[in-house]
Parts: sequence; C-alpha cells; structure tokens
Amino acid sequence: MQIYLPIADLPVNIFLILGMGLAVGFISGMFGIGGGFLMTPLLIFVGISPAVVVASVASHVAASSMSGAMAYWRRKAVDVPLALMLLAGGILGTAAGVWLFAVLRSLDQLDLTIALCYVALLTVVGGLMIAESVRAIIREQKGRPVTPRRGGAHTWIHGLPLKMRFKRSKIYVSAIPVWMIGFIIGFVGALMGIGGGFLLVPMLIYFLRVPTATVIGTSMVLTLVTMASATVMHAATNHLVDAVLALMLMVGGVIGAQFGARAGQNMRGERLRLLLGLLVFAVGLRFAYQIIVQPGDLYSVRLIGVL
Amino acid sequence: MMGIRAFTTAMLAAVSTAWASPAHAERLIASISRHQVMVNSSFTGTSIVLFGTVEPDTPTGRLRDAYDIVITVTGPRQALVTRRKERMLGIWVNAASRTFVNVPSYLVVLANRPFNEIGNTDTLRRLQIGLDYFQLPQQIGPDVADVVRDDPYRVNFIRLKTEHRLYGQRTNGVTFLTPTLFRAEIELPAEAPFGSYEADIKLLAAGNLLVRTTSAFEVVKVGFEQFVASAARDFGLLYGIVTVMMALATGWLASVVFRRD
Repeated sequence: MQIYLPIADLPVNIFLILGMGLAVGFISGMFGIGGGFLMTPLLIFVGISPAVVVASVASHVAASSMSGAMAYWRRKAVDVPLALMLLAGGILGTAAGVWLFAVLRSLDQLDLTIALCYVALLTVVGGLMIAESVRAIIREQKGRPVTPRRGGAHTWIHGLPLKMRFKRSKIYVSAIPVWMIGFIIGFVGALMGIGGGFLLVPMLIYFLRVPTATVIGTSMVLTLVTMASATVMHAATNHLVDAVLALMLMVGGVIGAQFGARAGQNMRGERLRLLLGLLVFAVGLRFAYQIIVQPGDLYSVRLIGVL
Repeated sequence: MMGIRAFTTAMLAAVSTAWASPAHAERLIASISRHQVMVNSSFTGTSIVLFGTVEPDTPTGRLRDAYDIVITVTGPRQALVTRRKERMLGIWVNAASRTFVNVPSYLVVLANRPFNEIGNTDTLRRLQIGLDYFQLPQQIGPDVADVVRDDPYRVNFIRLKTEHRLYGQRTNGVTFLTPTLFRAEIELPAEAPFGSYEADIKLLAAGNLLVRTTSAFEVVKVGFEQFVASAARDFGLLYGIVTVMMALATGWLASVVFRRD
C-alpha cells in the first residue's frame, strides 16, 4: 500500500516504513538507544532526500526517548540537575546544528557532510566500542575480575573551575565539560539526525564518571529535549519535517522498542555492547563506501526555485 | 490614389491566393479528459487523455490526405541546478554546476511519428519540437541562453528528469483513430509538481505548421496532504510544535500501554 509523503513529495510503501520503524525500534529497545543513527541511513538508502530524513527522524527519536525517559523517570533514575546542565549546552548545540544544516544545504554540500560525519563518528565510536567490549569479554574468559573503577580517580576534567555537585549521580564536576558534552550532542544530533545516545552514554561514563544507575535515564531526557527542539527548529527554518513519515516511524519505533527491550534483558552486557559496536561500525563503513566508490550517477538535479 | 491602388492589389492577391488553394485552411479542436488532477495520499500517478479533431475551416474547405500532430505538455516553470560530482582528496563531492532558469518542471512531447519524418531540422528547431529542440535556458555568467544539444549538463539534466518520468518524448504517443480524429495519453507520474500545465498542440502537414491550439489542466494537492504541506510552509513553528506534541504523545502512550513495572 502506497502512501504519499507531503513534504518529501514522493509515495512510499507504508509497510516498508512501518517495518523499518519496527526493526530500528527493536534494536533501539535492545540497546537502550534512540536508533537515529540506523533510521537516518535506512531512509536515505530508500531514496528520501537526506535533508527531509534528518529533520523528520528528529521527531521519531523524540518519541522513542519519551517512552524510555518515562520508564527511567518512574524508577527515579534521572539526574534532573545534570540533565538541565547538559540541556543548557544541548539547546545551543542544536541551534548551531540547524543553522549549519541550512547553510550547507544552500551550498549543495549537505548530503556529503552528513555522509562524512557518519563515517567519522560511527567508525571511531564503533571501533572503540568493539575494542572495549572484546577486552571485557577476554578478561572475563580468563577469569580475572573486572577491576572496579577507583572512586577518587581524577583527570584533567576534574581540575576545571565552576564545580557543581550532582547528588543523584554522586559526582562533583565542573559545569564546563557538562555544557560541552551537551553542545556536541545537540550539534551532531541536529546535523546528522541522530539522538546521540550511543555517543552520550560513553561520554558521560568516561568523562564525567556518571554511574550506570542514572546515566541512561539522564541521557534519554537530554535526547528527548534536544530532538524535540531540533524538530521545532528544523520545521521553523528549513520546513522539511515530514509529519506523515515521522508518525509512521514513531508508531513502528515505539512498538519495536518494547520487544527489543525484552530481548536485550536476556543478553550479557559485554556481548550487547560488542553487537552494538559492530552495528555502528558497519553503518559507518557503508557511508564510507558510498563516498569513496565512484557514484553510479555523477550528475544530480536540485530544485532551487519555483517560478 | 496610391493607397487605394495598393489596397486593391493586396485584396486581389489575397483573393487569388485563396482561390489557388481553397481547401487548405484547417481548424484544430482539442479537449482533455480532466482539467484538474487531485493529488491525495494514495496518488501514484495518473494519465490524462487528450482527444482532438481536424476540421475544415470553412464548410466548403477540403482536408489534406495526411496530418501530423505534435503535443508538447509543459508543467510549472522552475529554476533547477544540475551538479556534477568530482573526485577530490579521494572522495566524491559536488563540484561544478549549471543553473537552468525558467525550465518546465514537466515536459513531455508526443507525436504520431518520428520527429524527423514530421519536419526537417530547421522546422523542428523553429517550432521547438522534441526534447532535443526544446529551449532549456541556462544561466551562463550574466547571460541566459540555451546551449548546444550535446552539452553534458543539458544531456544529463534531461536524462535525470526522464528517469523520474518528468521529461519524455514518445513518437507513437499520438494515435490517429480516423484520418482526422486523434487521441493522446499524457502520463503524469506521482512526482508531478503542483500547478498549471499546458498542452500545446501543433497540426502539421508536409513539414509545415498549419495551426496550433492549447489546452490546460491543473495538478492540485487536496485534503490532508495539502493541509500538511501548506502548514509546514506557512506555519513552520506551529507545525514543528504540533509534530513534537505528536511525538511526545506517541512515546507517552507506548510507555503506558507497555508498562512493565
């Protein structure tokens, strides 16, 4: 059954889009991430304009983080002050990302930039995740206990001024790295159509030493707000949010996430991280392939004005 | 005196020409099946049928043995940029570009037989018959002009538009049902842009244009699609807020329906 997308201006198969929503939702529920980094490439490969995809996936990620954030909220696993501080940087980053998005679009370099960002970010993050989880699996098989993180371990980050205490996470850190992390996530999220959960969670753990109890819930709140504001900003400046596409993705996504979460509970943490790392890495390679191999068509036509 | 004589001479000349070829004045009448194409959520393309007939202009007039029909359908005018990718530092980037100004978003040329049998190159160029001879002006520096037919940007622009079924030509697109009654089918793909379309119908015989007429139709977005598209364009901020509300409601509903704790 075909349905016409009013903003993307093309008909798509409704079951294909719902199916993609379900599949990505399943993966996002399994790993506790938004799934934007999978949804955006899939829709681009289906043939929808990358600009419309990035703008519309933002609202899909907002929907999936909403259901996740609510579950964590009920379990009191959200550090509200930390989320607010991250948001201060996040909103600014989102605005900067939406602005750059519009500029690159007018220069006809948006598609390439999106592809390059995917290659750089996904291969690096995917590679790190694979390396880390493989080390953890080897360590476990050798029977050596995992060395617990030393509570008082200090890095250069802890030497920065403007220190704040976040009670629920039991951390005492400078506000500067918190703002910076928020800014980066908001920026790449708006530019690449991803929530950034797979990026944010490791950053919060490694740089700020946020404990696992609050890290996912807090990350989901940040993703929710940055993606909701990215949707509004993309709609107001670029007029590219396709609500029909977004609704189909959301419905598929939230249902898939429920089954994914159940599947994820039966898997070991390291195995899950290895799987996610491989997935992230593979998507990055796919984008690299796309820009390195000579494209089948060297020419492209884009509408610049209606007369 | 001179004026009167000149006028008389002209009149005599006109009359004698008319006498010399009394039968060769035709009228072209054409009608299309639909004047409005509605695009809704289930729109996957459609076709419009054009019927036409050739009639003698005067009751005493006679018709020729064979006619040719060329129908050129054009959609709303657009400015389009055609870009070419080049390899830079190992990756493929959009490099050079050409801007096509004021070209039809949709362009389909239908005829009853190959263009080169209908008229010679001069005629085809003058009457802009076929994609090869249709004027596609490009912005070249400060000037706007059409370029040679085998210009790579022009060729690839037409190719890409043809792949999207927005440009095309069919030399068997017009069928003569009787020697004077013809029928043509105008295919509109799902991507057909919104706006007014014009069908320019030319009647030719032995390589000469006899008469031309036009017919128009409109492609309009209706119902929900129209509402969504115009809301996104005219009330971007509000549209964004509503979309976010929808996202939050979907997420909230899911967390309530599937609540496990």
